[in-house]
Order: sequence, then C-alpha cells, then structure tokens
Amino acid sequence: MSLTHYLVLSGILFSIGAATVLLRRNAIIVFMGVELMLNASNLLLVTFSRLHGTLDGQVMAFFVMVVAAAEVVVGLAIIVSIFRTRRSASVDDINLLKS
Amino acid sequence: MSALAAALPAALPATLASTGQTSGGEEALFWILAPIMVIAALGLLFARKSVHAALCLVVVMISLAFIYVAQGAVFLGVVQVVVYTGAIMMLFLFVLMLVGVDSADSLVETIRGQRWIGWLAGLGLVAVLVGVIGTAVYPNPVGVEEANEASNPVGIAHAIFADHVFAMEVVGSLLVTAALGALVLTHRRRLTTKRDQKELADLRVAGGHHLAPLPAPGVYARHNAMDVPALDPFGNPIESSVPRVLRVRGQEADASEYAARIDRVLAGRSATEPPVGPDVEGEDDK
Repeated sequence: MSLTHYLVLSGILFSIGAATVLLRRNAIIVFMGVELMLNASNLLLVTFSRLHGTLDGQVMAFFVMVVAAAEVVVGLAIIVSIFRTRRSASVDDINLLKS
Repeated sequence: MSALAAALPAALPATLASTGQTSGGEEALFWILAPIMVIAALGLLFARKSVHAALCLVVVMISLAFIYVAQGAVFLGVVQVVVYTGAIMMLFLFVLMLVGVDSADSLVETIRGQRWIGWLAGLGLVAVLVGVIGTAVYPNPVGVEEANEASNPVGIAHAIFADHVFAMEVVGSLLVTAALGALVLTHRRRLTTKRDQKELADLRVAGGHHLAPLPAPGVYARHNAMDVPALDPFGNPIESSVPRVLRVRGQEADASEYAARIDRVLAGRSATEPPVGPDVEGEDDK
C-alpha cells in the first residue's frame, strides 16, 4: 500500500461531495456536501504533508478547518433566515427572479 | 468497492509502492476505514432524511480523524473531532431541528435533465481525479517523523505562529467577522414595543379581570381533590376554583353533594348516609 491510496480516497470523497451539491435539493444537505469536499481536500493536504516531510500541508488543512467553521456559521445563518421568510429549505424554491 | 480495491494496485505507480512507509497496521486501518467512509459518504447522497445524512457525515469525519492520526497529524486528528464532529456537525443538527427534520426533498425537476447531468458530472469528476492522481509522479515519501520531532502540536505551533502568523491573524479576523455576520443575518427587528411589567399590570386593572389569585379547589369542602369546588361562607360552590381544563372536560365533581355532607355531619348523622345517586368519587372520608 502506498500513500496514493489516500489520495484516491480523497478524490472519491471529493467527487461524492460534489455530486451531493449537484443532486440534492435540501439546502442543508447541499451544505454538508460542501463540508465533505473540504474534508476530502484536508485529507489530500495531510497526505501531501507526509509525502514531502513538512508540516505546511497540515497547517493549510488547519486553516481550511477554521475557514470551514466560519463558512458554516454564515451559511447556516443564511439558511435559517431564508427558511424564516420562505418557510422552505429547498434550493429549488429560491426562484423569485424566474419569470 | 471491492472491484475498485482490486483495480487500484495495478493502476498505482510503482515508485511509491516500494518505499515501505506504511506499516501493516496502517494498511489494515485504511482498508477498514476507506470502505466505511465511502459508504457513509454515499449515504449523504442517498439518505432520505437529512438527519441520517448528518450522521453519515459524522462517520466520515471521525474516520478521517483516525486516518489523520495514523498519518502523523495528531493535532489535526484531535481538531477534526473537536471542531468538525463536535462543533460543526452539532451546528448542522441544531439547524436541522430548527428548520424542521421532516422537510423532505422535492422530487420535481426545475431544471430538465439536472439529475442525469449531476450524475454524469460526479462520475466524470471521479474519473478525472482518480486518473490524475494515478498517473501523477510523486517524490519518494519522506514521512513527518522528522518534522514531528518535538511532537506534532509543537511543530504545528512553530509553523502557525512563526511562518504563517499573518495568515493566522487574517483567519482570526475572519472568524470574528463570520460571527458578526451570523448575528446580523439572524437578527429580527422588534415590530411592536416591548411591554413592561407596569403596563401589563395597568392593562389587567383596566380590563376588569380578577386581580387576585383564584380560590383554591377543595377549600372548606370535606374533600381536597382538584375536582371539588371550594365552598364560599354560605356553602355555595365557587365554580372558578376548579381548574379550567377540568371544567371544560366536564370532570368537575358535584359540589352540592359535598356541601350537603357538611350539613349532615353538623346535624349529627353520618356523612354518606342517604343514597344521593352513584358516588363515583368513592368513600374516601379519612
């Protein structure tokens, strides 16, 4: 087994996250797909950190985690405020601009 | 998944396979965790209920923490559990409960063919990523043992607070901004003025309602259950002493019966002497 296995696993997880964003309609699950993509990229960064023998990749992954936390806070606040006005958490209901 | 596992070693470049960086234990851990993670991630894609999707994501994140620790990123493994699983996913679950757990997915397609395009894009992304990762040439793995010499958190602290200190401060201000943004986004302006205690009291007096507490049930009756009305000094039952719910349900006891018992006792007879209809409350004169 080589470190490439981790990279392939990361690629698969990233693709599943992207497919979740594309296919699901519930805004919260779409958001979870984004989180899965961020996690997959973190796995990639940690693996590359091990590959190169420096801690820079782990530091990048740490920053990704912090930014993900900030993103989740704002995103969930947006979902909550949309739910308050539209009574729906489906991304398809946000079509006010459609004639 | 097993077909993929069988196909992977053939597709991988030989430069990495002979370095011997991964131990047998790590290999076992990987082959146990990787299928679990992929299945849980697919659960995110297929789960009908959003709570199940959230739990599947928790499984993926905890498995990722194991893999981080196995790869020498001990600090990130702990942070993964604390921040992602402990904070972010709980925030997700909290918002799920707030928004409504049963908000099901709509099956109406607003964009025609979006489902197939989404599937194609997802599978295409898998093909592209696995192809790129499989064909790229990597240097020989160094391993983080040397960088982790003074323990992993210490090494990370040196990297964050010495090499990347500006990024650290920017990220800190980003967190503060995000917290403020969430406050602003969920803020609701009060449409009516708030009533204080004095105004409420004035309203009650002006409305002519009963100002004092209502009389307690059972007082002066020979029975202290909730369904027996209190008796006033003249022996008449006070209807408002019985809780409103019991009155609405018709579960109120007959007060005149209990009042009559007092008269009978005062007259020197037994309290429950004459048969005055069926006494459903039972003979509980203690």
